[in-house]
Amino acid sequence: MTDSRDLILGRIRSALVGVDRAEHPANEPVARDYHDSHTDTGLANLLARNLTDYRAHVHRAAEAELPGLIGRLLAARGARTLAVPPGLPTDWLPGDSGTRILHDDGTLTATELDRVDSVLTGCAVAIAETGTLVLDAGPDQGRRMLTLVPDHHICVVRTGDQIVASVPQALRRLDPERPQTWISGPSATSDIELNRVEGVHGPRTLDVVLIAEG
Amino acid sequence: MRVGLFLTCVNDTLYPRTGQATVALLERLGCDVDFPLAQTCCGQMHWNTGYGRQVEPLVRGFAETFAGYDAVVTPSGSCGAMIRDNHPRAAARSGDPGLADAVAQVMPKVYELTEFLVDVLQVTDVGAYFPHRVAYHPTCHSLRLMRLGDRPTTLLRNVRGLELVDLPGAEECCGFGGTFAVKNPDVSAAMGADKLRNAESTGADVLCAADNSCLMHLGGMISRRKGAIRTLHIAEILAATETDPEGAMWARTGAHR
Amino acid sequence: MNAVPLGMPAFPAAARDATRNTTLRRNLRHATHTIRDRRAAAVAELDDWAGLRAAGAAVKDQTLRHLDHYLEQAEAAVTAAGGQVHWAADADEANRIVADLVRATGETEVVKIKSMATQEIGLNEALAEVGITAYETDLAELIVQLGEDRPSHILVPAIHRNRTEIRDIFRKTMGEWGIPAPEGMSDEPRELAEAARLHLREKFLRAKVAVSGANFLVAETGTLVVVESEGNGRMCLTLPETLISVVGIEKVVPTWRDLEVFLQLLPRSSTAERMNPYTSTWTGVTDGDGPREFHLVLLDNGRTKILADEVGRQTLRCIRCSACLNVCPVYERAGGHAYGSVYPGPIGAILTPQLRGTTSEIDASLPYASSLCGACYEVCPVAIDIPEVLVHLREKVTEQRGHVVERAALRAAGWVMRDPKRYTALQRAAVRTRAVHPRKVPLPGWGKAWSATRDLPALPAESFRTWWQHRDTPGGTT
Repeated sequence: MTDSRDLILGRIRSALVGVDRAEHPANEPVARDYHDSHTDTGLANLLARNLTDYRAHVHRAAEAELPGLIGRLLAARGARTLAVPPGLPTDWLPGDSGTRILHDDGTLTATELDRVDSVLTGCAVAIAETGTLVLDAGPDQGRRMLTLVPDHHICVVRTGDQIVASVPQALRRLDPERPQTWISGPSATSDIELNRVEGVHGPRTLDVVLIAEG
Repeated sequence: MRVGLFLTCVNDTLYPRTGQATVALLERLGCDVDFPLAQTCCGQMHWNTGYGRQVEPLVRGFAETFAGYDAVVTPSGSCGAMIRDNHPRAAARSGDPGLADAVAQVMPKVYELTEFLVDVLQVTDVGAYFPHRVAYHPTCHSLRLMRLGDRPTTLLRNVRGLELVDLPGAEECCGFGGTFAVKNPDVSAAMGADKLRNAESTGADVLCAADNSCLMHLGGMISRRKGAIRTLHIAEILAATETDPEGAMWARTGAHR
Repeated sequence: MNAVPLGMPAFPAAARDATRNTTLRRNLRHATHTIRDRRAAAVAELDDWAGLRAAGAAVKDQTLRHLDHYLEQAEAAVTAAGGQVHWAADADEANRIVADLVRATGETEVVKIKSMATQEIGLNEALAEVGITAYETDLAELIVQLGEDRPSHILVPAIHRNRTEIRDIFRKTMGEWGIPAPEGMSDEPRELAEAARLHLREKFLRAKVAVSGANFLVAETGTLVVVESEGNGRMCLTLPETLISVVGIEKVVPTWRDLEVFLQLLPRSSTAERMNPYTSTWTGVTDGDGPREFHLVLLDNGRTKILADEVGRQTLRCIRCSACLNVCPVYERAGGHAYGSVYPGPIGAILTPQLRGTTSEIDASLPYASSLCGACYEVCPVAIDIPEVLVHLREKVTEQRGHVVERAALRAAGWVMRDPKRYTALQRAAVRTRAVHPRKVPLPGWGKAWSATRDLPALPAESFRTWWQHRDTPGGTT
């Protein structure tokens, strides 16, 4: 294996004989003639519009209204079980809604999650221009598996501090060492006649709740 | 303005009417037109077929032949692009700094015909008259390499009597592609057939373009299928006038008067 | 790269059959035109597209110029994050590494995310030889696998199939591979997607090993990125205990920040979306979340040869978006199979002959599978000048042995053209004999190829230059 490593690196070095090897790549900055963002106002509305465009359902609520809204979303689907990550704020949870709540302690298996109806999480950041929610496995988001296997995902976004305009702004906020999932609408495919159809392996229903701070 | 006409070998041999129309048009607009007899071919066929090394003498010949003019005008988007994009590459590869210099000198003065009319002469109404329904096919090299944009259609819109119709799928290649037409004849013909179907769907009686090579391919298909639409180089439309709608006068000064 | 498919004819012959297959023509036309218009709209939303495109090209070029540096940096970062890095000089070595890693887990099944690199090396076939079954989980790959078909598009390998054909494949074969298609399934895309969901869910829940490729590998952090739509990628990257990613050495980008360019360029160019439904990033292994073991296999397999060619090098910028396929008039009519490679279309026409060489008939014909219309270059999000590389490769082909008649003809034409006297003499001779010129050329070769569908133009009685010399008004001879 070491042999192939040396072989490949050797091939690369001989392929690059025309390049000045004394030059350090860090000294060759790349021109970045593009915008840091394409919008700076109305981010929550833009996020909502783009999420809706890709068939996510967007709801707005004050934080105090969350339990009621989430209860209604679960009831509308007849959800009997709801999985939640360990660090989810408990005051988001619906009261007596008839839905059994499973607090993920890291032992739920994929097969068990396959029998769970819904999952409720927060997010790390949301990108308005692309209609994207980024999960980075933080305490209110949990393991990646949690938001993947159940067919219904409710994701809460705090509009006050979690929405950025653009992809460049989002990347600056995120830590690459954490596993991330960027979600832009429910699972979809373009594989049949190159037309988008929603609903393949990931959650087929994505409810997004935008909450105003305060 | 002293204009050197680079007609291209295809036009010189197969489409002299296009050359006569170009001369008539440019002279009507006050240019002093010359056709230097030392001109031959831009080398595009060799270059694009993989014989780039044979192009160097042609590049040298072009640069020498057209060195002395205020402007060099060619009624071909494709050959114009060959000169503009690839003559410098061929010159650089020759390792001859003199040739690279000569090419660099002549290059800024080379224009495709419609580009010359709109950008240099700054005319968009050339006083033409052509009472026909016309579809314009933007050939790939005039569209994507020469970036003629709306220059040809602006000129056509100002031709009296001419009804310009929108060509569906206008920006799709007609399938000529130089030796592509004979190296991949089936795909080439399939592309040509789609282009003609689109052109015929407009009800136009003339399909025009800024490149006779593409029109040779399309015209050859029309001729074989006995189609009703005819092909015509844009120069021949722009040169037509009310007093001479069919261009009978263009050749009058020639040998066969 | 794997060998040329057995009995693969040159492009023109393979394309001829495709142009006569009306279903195929209709399917391809419908799909490519749909995505073409949507891509244009998605790109038009960003007024800085040209800047993003230039930055994408520049980042890739800069990376390629220091590829050894960035690969070593990536290796160190992946290792520090708990991953293991393997280097594969060619397809055989990569296949052997993956097979050994799978066998070490004791498993005989793997789930796979669509990956061009693993298709290129023929991984599924190599695994099958040692008794390991690879299940493709991307919908289009599944259609190809179940239909015992070959992929014909980079992004949508089953683009040549319409919904009815897909329904028939699912009905007939799903049961042989696992959970059968639901009773009464129609050809509605939604129902077809549902069938795939049910069929594959069982495999995802059971799988202990997954094999993936990656869209990007970030050198500074060792992060891998997979861009997808369906969620099958997330399933493979998250549920199994062992993850093996086979990644071409050109996939490396220097920094986390560089993703800001590519995550804007790629989705809009490939599926015409502002952002694809799912993007996963991971760095080594994470306690309690995802696979416990991660292997990165860095693949050369001809890429360093491309790197050594200063014109061809730009090919390695490719981010496999397939925008060039979707706009290509030749691809639209010839279909992907005619290219005889997992990489069809304009990018395939330059990538395949560089990876495999141009000794076989099909590979030598690929650089000519283009009218040089330039639509591919125009849409390429990393500005690969595909026509330039095609012409460059044509030169390499003509420098090989063979092409005797063509070379002689072009050399003769060049000899004539470089001298105005010879050119004029030949033109005069042609005009003198015009009475006997046919409008069709019955001889084999170029004349026949032209004449099969087209008449030749009639040669006029007088060339322009003859007319010009006898003209008696201003101008005259020079």
